[in-house]
Formats: sequence, structure tokens, C-alpha cells
Amino acid sequence: MLVLEDINVYYGAIHALKGISFEVNQGEIVTLIGSNGAGKSTSLKTISGLLRPKKGKITFKGENLANIAPQSIVANGISQVPEGRHVFANMTVIENLELGAYLRKDKAGVKQDLKRVYELFPRLLERSSQLSGTLSGGEQQMLAMGRALMSKPQLLLLDEPSMGLAPIFVKQIFSIIKEINSSGTTILLVEQNAHMALSIANRAYVLETGKIVLSGDSQKLAASEEVRRAYLGG
Amino acid sequence: MGSVTLQFLQQIVNGLSLGSIYALIALGYTMVYGIIKLINFAHGDIMMVGAYVGWFATTTLHLSFLPALVLAMMASAILGVLIERIAYKPLRNVIRIASLITAIGVSLFLEYGGMLLVTPQVRTYPPVFPDTIYNIGGIIVKYGDIVMIVTSIILMVLLHVIVQYTKIGKAMRAVSFDTEAALLMGINVNNTISATFAIGSGLAAAAGVLMGVYFNTIDPLMGIIPGLKAFVAAVLGGIGIIPGAMVGGVFLGLTESLVSGLGWSTWRDAVAFLILILVLIVKPSGLFGKNIREKV
Repeated sequence: MLVLEDINVYYGAIHALKGISFEVNQGEIVTLIGSNGAGKSTSLKTISGLLRPKKGKITFKGENLANIAPQSIVANGISQVPEGRHVFANMTVIENLELGAYLRKDKAGVKQDLKRVYELFPRLLERSSQLSGTLSGGEQQMLAMGRALMSKPQLLLLDEPSMGLAPIFVKQIFSIIKEINSSGTTILLVEQNAHMALSIANRAYVLETGKIVLSGDSQKLAASEEVRRAYLGG
Repeated sequence: MGSVTLQFLQQIVNGLSLGSIYALIALGYTMVYGIIKLINFAHGDIMMVGAYVGWFATTTLHLSFLPALVLAMMASAILGVLIERIAYKPLRNVIRIASLITAIGVSLFLEYGGMLLVTPQVRTYPPVFPDTIYNIGGIIVKYGDIVMIVTSIILMVLLHVIVQYTKIGKAMRAVSFDTEAALLMGINVNNTISATFAIGSGLAAAAGVLMGVYFNTIDPLMGIIPGLKAFVAAVLGGIGIIPGAMVGGVFLGLTESLVSGLGWSTWRDAVAFLILILVLIVKPSGLFGKNIREKV
């Protein structure tokens, strides 16, 4: 579905992604794990078109994504929940969700998806007319995810959904990610919480300073000595 | 009513007229700042261009007030979009002082380019409105006062509806709050910025036409002082905040009128700036400014 080939991204003189290649297949949950600064968020930003690769190719359903505008990438079916949630704090919950469906013209479909988001996150329905800046961190994460779902993505990119959340919220968020996936949305998950990420993913890639150093079935990676030592604290 | 009360109420009427002009200009300043964090110093000059288009429409084309106003707003909206695309857009991702200096350059370009084009000569607006004067219990209200205030209110209500309820308005708020997140929603940021310039410039043009009609005369440098005042009004209300610009503009107009009414008209600008300084000392983010604390 999504294929990255030899992607090189620079921040000025800093070589952030040094030729990474990976793929996500339809229906999968794939996770990118790695420590701070490994290039996980950079990878997602590049897929969404916020950063431009200097070299390399990104294809989504056979179509080349490099050098097309971010809005066309969203229109093509890729939606991202950014790190730190980035909800529009000056707008209400419902306005945030409506912005998620910004490019959609099918009003009936949008209404249906709004209903679905409220079913997934009943808390958002309770707070729909509240300013989103007044929500708790966990609720903002739910809002950011709901907002991304409103574009009806085929591929959902999630950047550190567990960051800064209480353990009870983390569990809830991860079970919702599984639920979203089982209803047909492919997921690419970036996480520092490698343990949680590996527990729900089909496959995983391990990033280290801009390179992919390990990849494979997530159960096997979770059991491997290298990953356990570096990322699972044991 | 005592003469002091009468005088006071009279200055309130004058102040509201003047203030609604400041408010209309201040809105453009604040909207543009809100979306690209640029103080568009050419904004007052866009107002001047609007005043000239309105003058041209009423004299040469013999249009009445409303069509002239619409024509001026449209012409200035296009000018505003062109200025953004040509002068500011290429500088969007470089150090901010570059676009600030460019804005001053655009301002001078419009002022002195305008002089070349229409000569520095002062032009007189034709009498667009009847000279009717209403005497309401001793307070003199000119027909022009009413048109000015009513037009401003209508435009501000329209703006409020656009910003709060339309798709482009929501996109404008989204981009001004968090450009990167707006991109992830699929919002076309360039078009949204253009729309902001178009609306802000259109409002400035409306102010320009109203000023021409109200004060009768226009000239290529007429945008400088109202532009500065409107900038003060925008900062006073909290730059980037739309209701702040409205309140700031009206507040400034009222202050100036009341100071003049007390017989200290030479001090009115000084008082306006003094109030600005005091507000900024007590509340640096302006009257309506608030610091939204981000929850993590």
C-alpha cells in the first residue's frame, strides 16, 4: 500500500533520514520504534508532505507522493495524528472534527463518520461544544484521532499517541487503535513505548539515528535479545 | 440637559464614527498578523487605494455610494492578494524582519507610486450623501455619521459570520492557530492566506471610501496616520484577535474625540499613544489577549 524507498531527509545540514526503506501493506498495523531523535516523526512528516525528501521515492497505492502538496496527500487517503496532538485549542471539539473532514464533499458520509467517531470516543460527544483547549491530555489525544478519522483515511499515521498519558488512557487508546484497524483502516504507528506498540502491531521496524536497523514480525522482535535490551528495558 | 452632558454625548457620536473607521482598518492588520505574524505596514496605503477607487467610481463612473463601495473593496482585495503573492510569500520562511522591511517598502511604493499616478494633489469627494443633519435633543448627528457607523457594523457582522461559520473562515482560524496541523487537515494554506489578505484589504478599502465621503478630501499619503492609529488599535485590543481590533478601534476613536472635546485636540494623539503604553505595561498581550496554556 505504502512504500518508502531510500528516503533521505535533511534539516538544513543535518542528515535526519539516511536512506530508509519500508512498506506498509493493506490492513496491517506497522510500527516504527526507536529512541528520541531516531527519525520516527521525521518519517511521518515526510509521508504527509510536511518535509520533502532530498532523495528517494514514496508511493501510495502505486502513486508517487514525493513533491505533491500536503492537501493532495490527505485527499489521497493518508491522515496523520501528529505528535503532541495539535488540536485547535481555540475551537470547539465539534469544530475540530469538522476540520478533519475539510476536503470532503459527501455530507451524508461526514455525518455518518461523525457518529462513528462519537461511538469510538463517547467522551468527545459529551464535550462536543467545549473548547478543545480545556480538554485533558487523554481527551485531546482522542480528539486528534477522531479528527484524523474524519477524513476517512485508508492509512492512518499515528505519532506517539501514548505520549504523556496516564496508563489507563494508554491502554484505552491502544485498544481503540486496534478497533480502528479491525474496521479496515491500515495503521502506521510511531511509538517510544515499544512494549505497547509491539503488542498490537503485525510488523515492526526499528530506527536508529536515521537508519532502519531491524525489522520483522513484532512478536519475534519483542522476543529478540537486541530489542529487549535496547527498548524494552530488560 | 446641561451643556457639558450635551458636549459629551456629541463627542461620543463623533468618536463612534471615527472609531468605526479605525476598527475597519485594524481588522485587516490583526487578521494578517494572526495568520502570518506580519505587521503589514502597507495596510493603510491599501486603504488609500480603496479611497481612490471609490473616488474614481463616484466621479468618473457616477456610481452611487453602495456600488462604489463594493468596487473599491473588490479592487483593494485583489491588490492585497497580489501584494501578498509577489512581496510577502517568497519571504514566508525566512527571518521575519525581512518581510517587515518589505512591508515598509510596499507602503512607500504605494504612496509614491500613487503620487506619480494620480499626482500629489488633494482630491475632493463629490457629495455622495445628502447634507441632512439630525438634531437629536441638541446632539448633531450627520447623515454621514449614521452611514459610517451602520456600514461598519454591517461589515463587522459579515466578517464575524464568515470567520465563525464558513469553511474558509474555519480554515483561517485553523491556519492562524497552527499552520502545520492545518496542513494535515488538507487545508490549502496559500489560498487561505490569500483569502485573509483579500478580506482585510477589502475592509480597509471600505474604511477608505468612508473616510473620503466623511472628510471629503483624499490624497496619496492619507493612509499613513489612520494606518498607524489602526495599528495602535489592533495592538490595544490584542493583535491577532478580531473582536480586539473592533473594540480597540472604537476605544481609540472615542478617546480622541473626548480629548478633542475637552479642548485639547492637539494632545489627542499623545493621549492615544499614552493609553497604548499604559495598556501594554499592564497587559502586554492587549485588552483581549490571553495566554492559552497548552496542556500536555
